[in-house]
Amino acid sequence: MSETNGPAEGRHPMTGNALSGDAQGGMERHTYDVVVIGAGGAGLRAAIAAHESGARTAIVCKSLLGKAHTVMAEGGIAAAMGNRWPEDNWEVHFRDTMRGGKMLNNWRMAQLHAQEAPERVQELEDWGALFDRTDDGLISQRDFGGHKYARLAHVGDRTGLEMIRTLQQRAVALGIDVFMECTVTDIFKDGSKVAGAFAYWRESGRFIVFDAPSVILATGGIGKSFKVTSNSWEYTGDGHALAMRAGASLINMEFVQFHPTGMVWPPSVKGLLVTESVRGDGGILKNSEGKRFMFDYIPEFFKAETADTVEEADAWYDDKKNNRRPPELLPRDEVARAINSEIKAGRGTPHGGIYLDIASRRTPEFIRKRLPSMYHQFKELADVDITAEPMEIGPTCHYVMGGVEVDADTQESAVTGLYAVGECSGGMHGSNRLGGNSLGDLLVFGKRAGEAATTYAASLGDHRPRVDEADVKAAQTSALAPFEVEGGENPYTIQSDLQQSMNDLVGIIRTRTELEESLAEIEAFKVRASTMVVEGHRQYNPGWHLALDLRNMLIVSECIAKAALAREESRGGHTRDDFPGPNDEWGTKNLVVNLNEAGTGVDLHEKPLPEMPDELKGYFA
Amino acid sequence: MSYTLKLRIWRGDKDGGAVEDFPVEVSEGEVVLDAIHRVQATQAGDLAVRWNCKAGKCGSCSAEVNGRPRLMCMCRLSDFEEDETITVTPMRSFPVIRDLVTDVSFNYEKAKELPSFSPPPRDADGKRRMAQVDVERGQEFRKCIECFLCQNVCHVVRDHEDNKEAFAGPRFFLRYAELDMHPLDTHDRRELAQGAAGLGMCNITKCCTEVCPEGIQITDNAIIPMKERVVDKKFDPLVWLGNKIGIRNKDNDGRTEV
Repeated sequence: MSETNGPAEGRHPMTGNALSGDAQGGMERHTYDVVVIGAGGAGLRAAIAAHESGARTAIVCKSLLGKAHTVMAEGGIAAAMGNRWPEDNWEVHFRDTMRGGKMLNNWRMAQLHAQEAPERVQELEDWGALFDRTDDGLISQRDFGGHKYARLAHVGDRTGLEMIRTLQQRAVALGIDVFMECTVTDIFKDGSKVAGAFAYWRESGRFIVFDAPSVILATGGIGKSFKVTSNSWEYTGDGHALAMRAGASLINMEFVQFHPTGMVWPPSVKGLLVTESVRGDGGILKNSEGKRFMFDYIPEFFKAETADTVEEADAWYDDKKNNRRPPELLPRDEVARAINSEIKAGRGTPHGGIYLDIASRRTPEFIRKRLPSMYHQFKELADVDITAEPMEIGPTCHYVMGGVEVDADTQESAVTGLYAVGECSGGMHGSNRLGGNSLGDLLVFGKRAGEAATTYAASLGDHRPRVDEADVKAAQTSALAPFEVEGGENPYTIQSDLQQSMNDLVGIIRTRTELEESLAEIEAFKVRASTMVVEGHRQYNPGWHLALDLRNMLIVSECIAKAALAREESRGGHTRDDFPGPNDEWGTKNLVVNLNEAGTGVDLHEKPLPEMPDELKGYFA
Repeated sequence: MSYTLKLRIWRGDKDGGAVEDFPVEVSEGEVVLDAIHRVQATQAGDLAVRWNCKAGKCGSCSAEVNGRPRLMCMCRLSDFEEDETITVTPMRSFPVIRDLVTDVSFNYEKAKELPSFSPPPRDADGKRRMAQVDVERGQEFRKCIECFLCQNVCHVVRDHEDNKEAFAGPRFFLRYAELDMHPLDTHDRRELAQGAAGLGMCNITKCCTEVCPEGIQITDNAIIPMKERVVDKKFDPLVWLGNKIGIRNKDNDGRTEV
């Protein structure tokens, strides 16, 4: 093994970067057992697990450490710890998760998640997290949509920040190498196995080759392909695209979660998330006529467990045993569709949303204590005092259920040595994710992937796959291609057009004609992107960075549109105007997408859903 | 409702640079970061700027707006007159990488020097118990989004580069205070806070508190109590006498100095 681990001589002490922008002198090279791409909850948890199992581990992330999108998570971590409701256990959580995903989930992932989430949360506390407490001094748990019991471990409405900071501080304490502001653009293979990764420093534009037999993708989602989104700039589907280019497949890409409550005004924050905790803590939805409309949208599937009168719904907050849940706390797909229908029917607010009202239902003190970030966010950005007036909200692209198809126990993809965790993996959430199940997912499967990746790397001994120098050259040429073009368009324009197109044609309600139109538009974007031009040089150049990310956005957008066109039913985060309602036959299969032979587009095929063992089927009788 | 904003942005790198004019179209409800993004998309594709969430939650887009340290995403244009010129410059206490992006590795280095949380074993049922009132002090400090504006504005390092080595800065005094006030932590970091982290260099001018976008009372709730805790240990004559004649100080019960 070479001894190039960690930052080298004369380099930046933390990032290992060569500070000079014009530094040439060849390529940096590092050797690790496990390279984790992404430093959100999943990536950090995976890296911690890999390090603790003895792997030489590196974290490579596009932003500074601690800025990943996990920081935006608000509500909490779903884990059946039973601190508030002793009746709660993994079996109830498992059932809620499967039903929330309209039974399309990978049952084994849903089971592992429900079983292991409590210990993963407890572990965060060992590492310094300060969760809100129950009166008994235990970790407090709050109500959320689709969860039978109050189950989300939380810190006010900034749980994601607490989680990422805790994991970050743990990773720093363990001394794991972090390559910050460093973007991976290619996965190297030796035959059928992973051999390493190719990356560039955002700061200097210099290239790096990682020699590593295990690579864990933890790159998050794809939300930046849509115009109205709660996601940050990093969410360009990097892990999805890297996996496809390496030969792995994606599943469930048609399922995109539109969170029911995003800000709608002012325009510059349109899409920004308003936590589901507002509803969990008593907030209700009203249209412009003042009607609490969710009672009109209770689907057959959830009728038995949902309150159908205002009295029962309001009584539930204090007495969960004798009352059913308010319809505002149906799973996100149901609520988002209902809001969409109200707005379309002309009962929207002046800025095109509907009202989310907690001001008339809870005291200002309660609201400020339980929802401090929301209070701050509306006050600062919209000049709205949520303790005195309702918020205006509407659906926003929030999460992709689809992702890399992985083995449930190890998170390994079809490519040996390539793993995927968190939002960029698929299967766990089926057709719709319950709130709070994402943070649990990151922790449970982050740990599993880190351990599996280490075991595999250790099993290789001296027979490690080798990076082919020709592949390094090709990766470099490909990364520099946007500088070689003259007279093309700038990437910002193409990105903005793509976002508008996806929003209009592959949004919350879909139809065949629009999806076909979308696929044609994506082909046109691909042509435009092949001649896009970047100004300036390689040092910290956001135009260049976007040009590279845009390739990923295009391929992922195509996956979504293609799968959405193929699935002729409505289920979870996929609603077809021309095929309303679920179809039992479609309920037994996943749609799988791969990069086509030529590498220019995607191929799609159907695959039967893994079948649940009989002892688990019993929960749904 | 849109107008042309007189926006000026510092452009350059470690070898120098200058403020340049970028008149840009803006509209109602926008923030400084929106204007910067529009410049990037239409006038200067390679304009370097850090940002992530655009919601005041990640602390990436720190800069100085008309000389005041701010998050650009939380800096509303409506707080300025329409004919007012807005000048955006990089944080001054950190070396410039390019344009508005600075090298904030100082902070990540300091984070490494701080001994982490060290809890006792869990309770018999595998859980831990802490009262809400006891975790609330720490929770205030854990609201920190690491925007490093407090580090940037702190005069101990802002105009005294040579102080950086021996001074961790307000962000990490918060962290020392958080751990010292953690109901379960078993380490005593008071000597370290005073010595290696340079807590004593702070003369409580409260600049850090003033710029904190999270409204954390850094000086009143973290730095001053932490100074008192250090002083209690070091200079209290009763504690001194007790140590001398071998009476155990309850304050040190269950804590190990690191």
